[in-house]
Amino acid sequence: MKCKSLVILLFVCGFFALAAAEEGSGPPDSTHVDSIPPPTPVSMLTARDSENDHGHSVTLMWELSTDDGAGQNSVLSYEIFRWVPFFMDTLQSIRDSLAGAEGTIAEQLRKRRDQAIAMIPGAHKSYPEQGGWRKIGTALSGQSSYEDVGVKDRGSPDYMADHTDYYYLVDAVTADPAIRAPSEIVGPVQSFGQFFNTGRIPVFVAVLVFGLLTILFVTRARRGAELYVRPLAGIEAVDDAIGRATEMGKPILYVLGLGSAADIGTIASFTILGRVAKRVAEYQTKLIVPCYDPIVMTVAQETVKAAFLDAGRPDDYYEDIVYFVTQSQFAYVAAVNGTMLRELPATNMYMGVFFAESLILAETGALAGSIQIAGTDQVAQLPFFIVACDYTLIGEELYAASAYLGREPILLGSLKAQDYAKAAVIILAALGLLAASLNWTAFINLFSVTS
Amino acid sequence: MRRQIPLALVFIFGVFMIFQYFVPHESSEWIYEFLLDWIYIIGIFALALGIWSLIRVSVAKIKTRKSGWGYPVITMAGLFLMILFGFTGYRDGSWGFHFMTAEGLSNPMFRNFFDYIMIPIQSTMFALLAFFIASAAYRAFRARNVLASLLLVAALVVMLRFNPYLGPFGTIIADTASWLLNVPNLAAKRAIIIGIGLGMVGTALKIILGIERGYMGKG
Amino acid sequence: MNIFDRMMSLDRRWVFLFLAVVCVITYIVDFQIPIRVESEVRTIHEFIDTLKPDEIVFIAIDYDPNALAELHPMCYAVMEHCFRKNLKVIITALSQNGPGMAEQAILDISDSLKLDREYNGILYEGREIRKGVDYAFLGYKPYFALVILGMGQNFRLPFPTDYYGTPLDSIPMMQGVQNYDQVACVVDLSAGNITDAWIAYGQGRFYFPLALGLTGVMGADYYPYLNSKQIFGLMAGLYGAAQYEELADNPGLAKDGMRIQVYAHLVIIFFILIGNIGYFMSRSEKKRQGR
Repeated sequence: MKCKSLVILLFVCGFFALAAAEEGSGPPDSTHVDSIPPPTPVSMLTARDSENDHGHSVTLMWELSTDDGAGQNSVLSYEIFRWVPFFMDTLQSIRDSLAGAEGTIAEQLRKRRDQAIAMIPGAHKSYPEQGGWRKIGTALSGQSSYEDVGVKDRGSPDYMADHTDYYYLVDAVTADPAIRAPSEIVGPVQSFGQFFNTGRIPVFVAVLVFGLLTILFVTRARRGAELYVRPLAGIEAVDDAIGRATEMGKPILYVLGLGSAADIGTIASFTILGRVAKRVAEYQTKLIVPCYDPIVMTVAQETVKAAFLDAGRPDDYYEDIVYFVTQSQFAYVAAVNGTMLRELPATNMYMGVFFAESLILAETGALAGSIQIAGTDQVAQLPFFIVACDYTLIGEELYAASAYLGREPILLGSLKAQDYAKAAVIILAALGLLAASLNWTAFINLFSVTS
Repeated sequence: MRRQIPLALVFIFGVFMIFQYFVPHESSEWIYEFLLDWIYIIGIFALALGIWSLIRVSVAKIKTRKSGWGYPVITMAGLFLMILFGFTGYRDGSWGFHFMTAEGLSNPMFRNFFDYIMIPIQSTMFALLAFFIASAAYRAFRARNVLASLLLVAALVVMLRFNPYLGPFGTIIADTASWLLNVPNLAAKRAIIIGIGLGMVGTALKIILGIERGYMGKG
Repeated sequence: MNIFDRMMSLDRRWVFLFLAVVCVITYIVDFQIPIRVESEVRTIHEFIDTLKPDEIVFIAIDYDPNALAELHPMCYAVMEHCFRKNLKVIITALSQNGPGMAEQAILDISDSLKLDREYNGILYEGREIRKGVDYAFLGYKPYFALVILGMGQNFRLPFPTDYYGTPLDSIPMMQGVQNYDQVACVVDLSAGNITDAWIAYGQGRFYFPLALGLTGVMGADYYPYLNSKQIFGLMAGLYGAAQYEELADNPGLAKDGMRIQVYAHLVIIFFILIGNIGYFMSRSEKKRQGR
């Protein structure tokens, strides 16, 4: 009897011990679907038009669910829903029909599509009766924002109309997609484009300051102020090089480079070509200008023609001084090299945008015994020109050449503005170094530029 | 008038493109995309002018039998041959006039010219660089003074960077070469790039304000 | 003219001849040289290696046949790596003669991927690379800066159809792919100023991860962008391609080419030393003679 009671007592104690052990084992494993309780929803959900864009985009932000990375730790993702009017299905079916249509049917469908697109803002005002929630995206756990980006192309299924009411909600979702917590609905919110990108204010200020500096120094130069610029050996050698060619009775080869007419280096080269062509016309030396780009060729022809006119020798100009070769890099180089080795110019000038062919040109010119003056803003090619040419204009010296050659006060004035801007950059770089070392983030943030 | 209109156009569009960078609104984007389309159109017309210039110069050299007149013959032959291949081809079991250029490089004659003439010739020209670098380095890297000696040593270190036969010195040289590229080279290049950037902005402003007029054909 | 004067002023044709002989010999004799991998190449490999299947990599093949030797091995190594990892690839060729080479590369890589192969100890089964499903080849358009800007709005703006004339909206892998926002990274392989356009107009405006594959000459100039984090990786020249092949365990033309390059450099160094010895000895000779 006593044994029987003892066994029963032990059994009951064991039962209670087991129950207690289970209670103390912590929250249920969230991978076990049966045991997941609903998570808490996100809070403080806000929706606003995305900043600094062309419109068609809404940014959502929220406070994370308390079960995301804490609490029950059951939230794996957030699903974002947008309220979409049923009317959009009608529009989509018109788009689908348009995909395979041709001729007049396609024309009619396009008209219907455009009429439907114009009705989108109105359709969105039928919230909440004439539509439903559609999932538009997912954010991972830990993410507290989402950007709903549409396109501005009205024909696209992803078109998101501006000035239209949108409504959003965000679901906190667990491992079981059925177990989720929806947030409060937020809206109406409208998207629209901004007229100024505030993320680029530092660039705007820099452009304004530089522009004002340029105008200031140009004005000073116009009033007759003396502006000193340091001498450049390459520029000073241009006249001597032209004289050498005249004495030897050999031509001058001028290569404008491989840039297009929109490249600043090429534009700077046009100005130098104009000055060289004027001297060449005065001395009646032969000039050869092979071109890589057809637009560059047309501008160069006008430049040389005007220079000959300025020198009072319009009859000496003929169209074939400046000619197009090819728009293939190495084919162009092969042609110019051939010209160098046949014509044996006394002077070669390489002014503009150059690439890998720079050393081939310069070495061949050295082989032909020419004096060579080069100028390029392509940093990679500078070492080759420096090694193989007699004089080299480095980077911005090419842009400054026009001011040097003409010595016009206005051009010199703009050069001084560049110098002062460079001084400002040096000072700001030093201050930036100090700020980065001392962690003055406010100062650093003043200069940060966002998209 | 002939000069004022281009200057006015340059000013208007130049200022617009500056402001377009700061205005993300759709209306500015629309004008920007419209302008981009026009650049393509102008480029095509300019190409036609360029080809006409090339033909004229080459034919003049051939007519006058100028020294080296064989080269323009080859140039013209290449030009007209490719045009011919663009308009004739083998299709539907026969040779004839078809507009083959629409097929691009799937046209066998284009493909052959590209694979067996264009690629070898362009690769050969690029390969010339190796020889010219050798001769330029031989001529230029002389320790004439302190700066030239520094240049020489830096060049030697960077060239030996990939060499696997230097044993324990290889790592020292590779690290020195990396330091040279990432520190003094970087500093100098940044300075040059900043100068070029400011020069570009300055020149662009001069063009927009009509101070720089070299592109118009008169310096 | 004594021997030192001769050493100082050798006819450049001797330099060319010596170099040519060394290049031919190292080409014919087959041997491998060890490749040391640098961090700027490793970051590109690791970035692509850790992408998930079906993510999109944009490869811009922006070079002409003249840069084939240095950049084609890079193209093969990177593209094959992407396909092995089951990534989708969008390809453009913004230089005039680029489309032909791009097409050739795609066909060659497709053939090589049909075979089972082991890379870094992992067996990858052979598979068919399907146009429009695994890759979309958009082709060439002129004025690359405008194309790069246009693609930032929508790929369909500069490329309404792909290289073969198929509308982009009809290409399965381009569904829902509007612009750079849907692309994991852009790898630009270029030998010219198209790189500057990718940095200024592409990454500078649209802030996507950009890696560069450049010729050796250009490589040194783009370290500033690596430092300022405008690009996340840089492969420079044949050595950069060889490093990528080493990391991807996919030896190819780059590793073969490196042995030629190493010996060519030794030849150049030899002649530089000859020239300097001649210069110094000649100078001291002249000083000694009181000239």
